[in-house]
Amino acid sequence: MIVELGHFALILAFLVACVQAVVPLIGAHQRWPGWMAMAEPAANAQFMLTAFSFGALTYAFVTSDFSVALVVQNSHSLKPMIYKISGVWGNHEGSMLLWVLILTLFGAMAAWFGGNLPPTLKARVLAVQSSVAVAFFAFIIFTSNPFIRMSVPPFDGQDLNPLLQDPGLAFHPPFLYLGYVGLSLAFSFAVAALIEGRVDAAWGRWVRPWTLLAWVNLTIGIGLGSWWAYYELGWGGFWFWDPVENASFMPWLLAAALLHSSIVVEKRESLKSWTILLAILAFGFSLIGTFIVRSGVITSVHAFANDPERGVFILMILGFFMGGALTLFAARASSMEAKGVFSLVSRESALVMNNILLAVSCFVVFIGTIWPLVAEMLFDRKLSVGPPFFDMAFTPFMVVLGAILPIGAMMPWKRAELGRSLRPLIPAFVLALSVAVLAFAMQTGRSALGPVGLFLGTWLISGAMVDVWSRTGRGAVAGRLSRLGRLPRADWGKAVAHGGLGVTMLGIAGLLAWQQEDIRVVQFNEPFEVAGFTLSLTDVQRIEGPNYISTMGWVDLSRDGRAISTLTPEKRFYPVAQMPTTEAAIDIGFWRDVYVVIGDPQANGGWAIRTYYKPLANWIWGGTILMALGGMLSISDRRFRVAAGAARREPTAGVPAE
Amino acid sequence: MTRLFMALWLALAGVAPLSLVTAISAYAVQPDEVLDDPDLEARARELSRGLRCMVCRNESIDESNAELARDMRLLVRERLVAGDSDQEVVEFIVDRYGEYALLKPTTGGANWLLWAAGPLMMLLALGVGFSYLRTRQSATETGPGQLSDEEKAKLSKILED
Repeated sequence: MIVELGHFALILAFLVACVQAVVPLIGAHQRWPGWMAMAEPAANAQFMLTAFSFGALTYAFVTSDFSVALVVQNSHSLKPMIYKISGVWGNHEGSMLLWVLILTLFGAMAAWFGGNLPPTLKARVLAVQSSVAVAFFAFIIFTSNPFIRMSVPPFDGQDLNPLLQDPGLAFHPPFLYLGYVGLSLAFSFAVAALIEGRVDAAWGRWVRPWTLLAWVNLTIGIGLGSWWAYYELGWGGFWFWDPVENASFMPWLLAAALLHSSIVVEKRESLKSWTILLAILAFGFSLIGTFIVRSGVITSVHAFANDPERGVFILMILGFFMGGALTLFAARASSMEAKGVFSLVSRESALVMNNILLAVSCFVVFIGTIWPLVAEMLFDRKLSVGPPFFDMAFTPFMVVLGAILPIGAMMPWKRAELGRSLRPLIPAFVLALSVAVLAFAMQTGRSALGPVGLFLGTWLISGAMVDVWSRTGRGAVAGRLSRLGRLPRADWGKAVAHGGLGVTMLGIAGLLAWQQEDIRVVQFNEPFEVAGFTLSLTDVQRIEGPNYISTMGWVDLSRDGRAISTLTPEKRFYPVAQMPTTEAAIDIGFWRDVYVVIGDPQANGGWAIRTYYKPLANWIWGGTILMALGGMLSISDRRFRVAAGAARREPTAGVPAE
Repeated sequence: MTRLFMALWLALAGVAPLSLVTAISAYAVQPDEVLDDPDLEARARELSRGLRCMVCRNESIDESNAELARDMRLLVRERLVAGDSDQEVVEFIVDRYGEYALLKPTTGGANWLLWAAGPLMMLLALGVGFSYLRTRQSATETGPGQLSDEEKAKLSKILED
């Protein structure tokens, strides 16, 4: 019964979305207040109906209702509760339902916090947002219905893919979707502004928190996925450049560009049409990502042919929204006159450079991702584009970005003097250079990657510190210190996010340049050395888990005779899914991880053991967390709270830097 | 494919072809494959990272534990021991398996476009960006599309807060 109610609520939400996509738009055009005002309750109703529908599906998973086909295919009565819940979105149909849930959530949030938007803009934003929802409700109801019942329910389910039965992956999709789908609101704002025919500073201020929110969630989602890959996949890689990862990385790059360019719109009323275009493209890449993942077209043209219905449907959605928005853009963009005047050397120019680098690097990822498809269709060549291409083609842009970022961040608006902006950065530069030279001198004959990465990382972190310090003005150190705490949150957000990028770069450099690997057959209680650590395999046992069987090894880790920890690497086998997984054991440290994987038993009684020494590994995700934190600090800046109508006026302590 | 990709693919697409599923479990290079000569082994590892496991979906033979990947790893080591240069080993693999096996695409034929796309786009973007900045530099503060006084007052009230 609850499942049917959920199904019904979904259809009802679809109908509400249809109305909301049309009525407020007409209302805004004709200036009929009543017609415009219906957008708000409709957005709320849409969200609540979708939430109820999602709740009904969750209920079916939690109670293991095996009369629902989706539950049968993706759940099992013995599965731990947390994975019964995460199983709701661990499949195509359920994940699409989560997708629209988040889409309608953003629509509802725009209604809740859009109190001071002009009524016509608000009505148009909600209508455009709802038109996206119409497309995806139709997609779910007509091609991917999660509520289909089985005529003959089986006794038990087929279990969720064991690789997904992991906390890191269980919560990775919701964050990723909050990011992907969050960009829909930036898109709706852009299209609404085009219909409205006007973009001003206030528009930049309204659109920025939403972009930040989407970007923060994308950052967390990508970070979680990468962290999961690191500990679950058994050799400690953290990024693989495959189409699904790229599908989330491209919107991330564009969202990063967008949240910088909307600052220029807000502060200087320039870059308007470019910002609108970015907002459209950023969501476009979210849709392209969805298309890549759903249709399987990039992985194999044959996968697409097997189930073309869904792929074609998403392609049509993509074509409609991108085609429509870009046509509108072509017609209206010329009316978005820029106002601000600034010199070639200025914060504005630095942000233009930031946008160029981020957009072009996104383009490189895009070309690399679709090239196998292009080559096969146009040139009849079956080829691969793998990590070596992306490493070579993408990395230079990030190196340049990292090198100029601290300088750009220090420049004042309108007109800067290069010398005056550079001078405070001299200590940061000297520090970064000495770290790099030291690293280069200590490692002999290895790649330059490590020192370059260390330079960039140190330069970014110390540059961010100089930046935040310079915001405190002049005078005695004590006075400046006390002013640090009163700086606008946006200033802190900027410094923390930029520093976070530096921390991530340090981690990547350390891991790629100084990782050590050891593969060997190990006999019981015969210690071996890796990177100065002593490891000894003491035992291997078979252990039964709730829904798997594990082969667990005990490895004592010590250094210079001092015991550090006992690691328990596992090989698991999930009988229901007939599938093995690896659970690496990691001794996590601030400066390094020691990463141990157990392999197969050998003929002579030993076990294959693979050990990695991974310097600075955790800095990759530490930096990711800092970036997300920086974004959240920026969102919480009072000028956005005020813009959202949630706070009263109070005296400002300083001028927001962003 | 990498395992990450496959996991995400499964997660998002909800498809679980068993033949692929069984390929997951994580020991690429086995202890018995490792060559005695550390220099040769290092070259073998480097080469393996650039070669695709033909039955996997975006995974190098260095990472894959598929049977075929093992065969290819052994083949690479065989050629190296026989005295082939890195270039010759790669050519040998391409002759046998086709250019699909190269994770780093060649620059031949239409592929120049792939490699040149980034730099060309960068030049284009720099050109457009520079000319835009030039117009901003010489523009005057007042342009068309001015707000009415009432709108200005409204806007400054919002921005003041």
